Amino acid sequence: MSEDINVKDGLRESATFDRTTMTEIRRAAETGIYDIRGFGAKRKLPHFDDLLFLGASMSRYPLEGYREKCNTSVTLGSRFAKKPIVIDIPVTIAGMSFGALSANAKEALGRGASIMGTSTTTGDGGMTPEERGQSSKLVYQYLPSRYGMNPDDLRKADAIEVVLGQGAKPGGGGMLLGQKITDRVAKMRTLPMGVDQRSACRHPDWTGPDDLAIKIQELREITDWQVPIYIKVGATRTYYDVKLAVKAGADVIVVDGMQGGTAATQDVFIEHVGIPTLAAIPQAVQALQEMGMHRKVQLIVSGGIRNGADVAKCMALGADAVAIGTAALVALGCNHPKYDDEFKKIGSAAGFYDDYHEGKDPAGISTQDPELMKRLDPVEAGRKLANYLNVLTLEAQTLARACGKNDLRNLEPEDLVALTVESAAMARVPLAGTSWIPGQKY
Amino acid sequence: MKTIDLQKHTVRDLNQALHDQAVECTIREWEVLEPKGQHNIACGLDQNLAVDIKGHAGYFCAGMNKKAHVTIFGNAGQGVAENMMSGTVRVKGDASQAAGATAHGGLLVIEGNAGARCGISMKGVDIVVKGNVGHMSCFMGQAGSLVVCGDAGDALGDSLYETHIYVKGSVKSLGADCIEKEMREEHIEELTELLNRAGVEEDPKSFKRYGSARQLYNFKVDNASAY
Repeated sequence: MSEDINVKDGLRESATFDRTTMTEIRRAAETGIYDIRGFGAKRKLPHFDDLLFLGASMSRYPLEGYREKCNTSVTLGSRFAKKPIVIDIPVTIAGMSFGALSANAKEALGRGASIMGTSTTTGDGGMTPEERGQSSKLVYQYLPSRYGMNPDDLRKADAIEVVLGQGAKPGGGGMLLGQKITDRVAKMRTLPMGVDQRSACRHPDWTGPDDLAIKIQELREITDWQVPIYIKVGATRTYYDVKLAVKAGADVIVVDGMQGGTAATQDVFIEHVGIPTLAAIPQAVQALQEMGMHRKVQLIVSGGIRNGADVAKCMALGADAVAIGTAALVALGCNHPKYDDEFKKIGSAAGFYDDYHEGKDPAGISTQDPELMKRLDPVEAGRKLANYLNVLTLEAQTLARACGKNDLRNLEPEDLVALTVESAAMARVPLAGTSWIPGQKY
Repeated sequence: MKTIDLQKHTVRDLNQALHDQAVECTIREWEVLEPKGQHNIACGLDQNLAVDIKGHAGYFCAGMNKKAHVTIFGNAGQGVAENMMSGTVRVKGDASQAAGATAHGGLLVIEGNAGARCGISMKGVDIVVKGNVGHMSCFMGQAGSLVVCGDAGDALGDSLYETHIYVKGSVKSLGADCIEKEMREEHIEELTELLNRAGVEEDPKSFKRYGSARQLYNFKVDNASAY
C-alpha cells in the first residue's frame, strides 16, 4: 500500500499480509494449484547496486577514458579444448530454448550476439537451423531432458554446456506448457502436441561428480576434444559445486544466481530457492583460487545483470565474463510499453508481464503464436540487442579505465566497496568508508 | 578386419580411428580387445561399421551411436547406447543402469539383465531385454518400444509419454500414469517384428502391454497427489 493512503486515510497495510500475499492466498484458494510464471525473482535482494567502485585519484592512476585501450576480449575453454572460444566482449547470451522463445526471438539473439562477436546459447529444445545460422559462436546446452540432442548438432556447436541447474530453479527441471507445444516444437522434442512438458531435474544417465567426469569425457570423445565443455549450476552451495565441477573436468563454469530468469516454473521456486548472484561470485572465485584454477577454468556469472556497472562489478569480483537472459529479451522488446493495452487485455501490464508459459506475449518473444511472432523483426531486434551489448561494454570499460585498468579482467575486489553490511558480507568487500569486511578477521 | 588392443592403445586412439571412418570408410570390421571395463568405448560413431568389443565395457559404451553395429561380448556399464540415433548395439551379458537412456533410434538388445532405469527418457529407440529390468525402467519414455522377456522392477513406465512397453514376466509395480493396456493385433505384429529383429525367440502372445494413461499430460488439480 502506498504511503499516501496510509497517511491520508489512516489505513495500515500489514507488512506480513500485504496485498500481493493476500491475492496469492485467494488465487490458491480458488485454483488449488501453485502459481506458475516466468521471469526471475521479483523480491528485493542484495545486488550489484549495493556496490560502488573506488575510482583512481592520488593512489591509483586512471586511464584516459577515450584514448587508452581497455581490452574486453576473453578466451573461454583453454583448459582442455583444442578450439577455445574467443569472445570480443565479456557478455554472452544465456541459454533460452526454442519453444520458450519464438524462432524469430532466437534468431534475433543470434544476430545481436554475432554483431558484437560474442556467443549465444541454445536451450531445452535443441538447436534450430535459424539459430545456428545466425550465431557465429553457439553454445549447445546438454540438459537432463536431452530434447533434440544429437551428435550432429553436438559437433556443430562451438562449445557444450552441461546444465545441472539454473538460478531461477536450482534443483528443478524445465517446464513448457501445452499452449506452446506446437507441431514444430513437439517434433523437436519428440512429444505429443499440446502436452504440458515437464523436463527432468536430474540427468538420466549419471549421478554425482564422479559420473559427471566420465560423461564429460564421453562428450569430449564424441567431439574429438575440439570444443570447450562448460558446466552450468544454479547458485546454491556454490563453493562446493565449483570445486566439484573443476574436478569433473570443466573448461568453463557458469554460475547462475537466483535473479536469473526462466520461461516457466513455480513462483515459490523462483522466490525461495538459491542465493543472490552477489553472494555466489566470491564463493566460486574462492573455490577456483584454492584449486589454483582461477583464470585457467573460466567463470561466467549470470543472474540479474542489467548494465555495464553490473558487468564490471562481476568481473571485479573475479568473473571472466557474464551472461544475460532477461536483459537481452528486454533489449529485443520484451515488456515494451507500446503493447501496454494488449498486456492489460491478458491481465498484466507492460513491465510486469511474466506469464511467458501462456504463450500470449504481445511482444512476440515468448510465444509460438504465428501472428504474435510476426511482430518481432529479427533483424531490427538483433540490431537493438547489439546496441545494448555495446552500451554494456562501453560502460564497463568506462569504469575500468576510471580504476586504472587496461583490461576488464584486471578489475579486482580492491576496486569495490559496499553500501550495506549485507552486501559487504556477501561480496567480501569493505563497507564503504571502513576497512571492515563482515565475517573476515582484520 | 582391424584389431585394436586397449591395453596397448588408448580409448582416444580407438575412437579417433573409428571417427575417421565417417569421412572415408576404409575398414568396415573392427575388433576391440582387452577393454577391461574402460569408459566411453566406441562412442560417437557415424558410419556403417561392425565393432566387436571382446570383453566388459564401462560407462557410455556406444554412446550417441549412428549407423554402426556394436556388439559387446561381456557386460556393459552405465548408459550403454545412451542417446543412440540409429544402428544396433548388442550386449551379450548384463547392462548396468540407464541402458539406452534418451536414445532416439536404432535397436539395443541386452541378452542378459538390465539394471535400473533401462530406457529412461527414451525417444524412439527399440530396446529388447532377454532378462529382467530394474526399477524405474522407461521413466518418462517418450517414443519407441521396450520389450522385457523377464520381469520388471518397481515403478515401470513412470510418467510415461508414448513409449510402448511389453513385458512377459511379472511387473513389481507400475509407475504414475502407466497402465496395462489391451494387446491388440497391431501390437502382436509390432512385438513379433521387434523380437525377430533382436533375434529373440519368444511367443508374442505371452506378453502384456503397458502404456500411458495420458492423465498427467496436462496439469489438473485432481492429479495433484500424483505429481
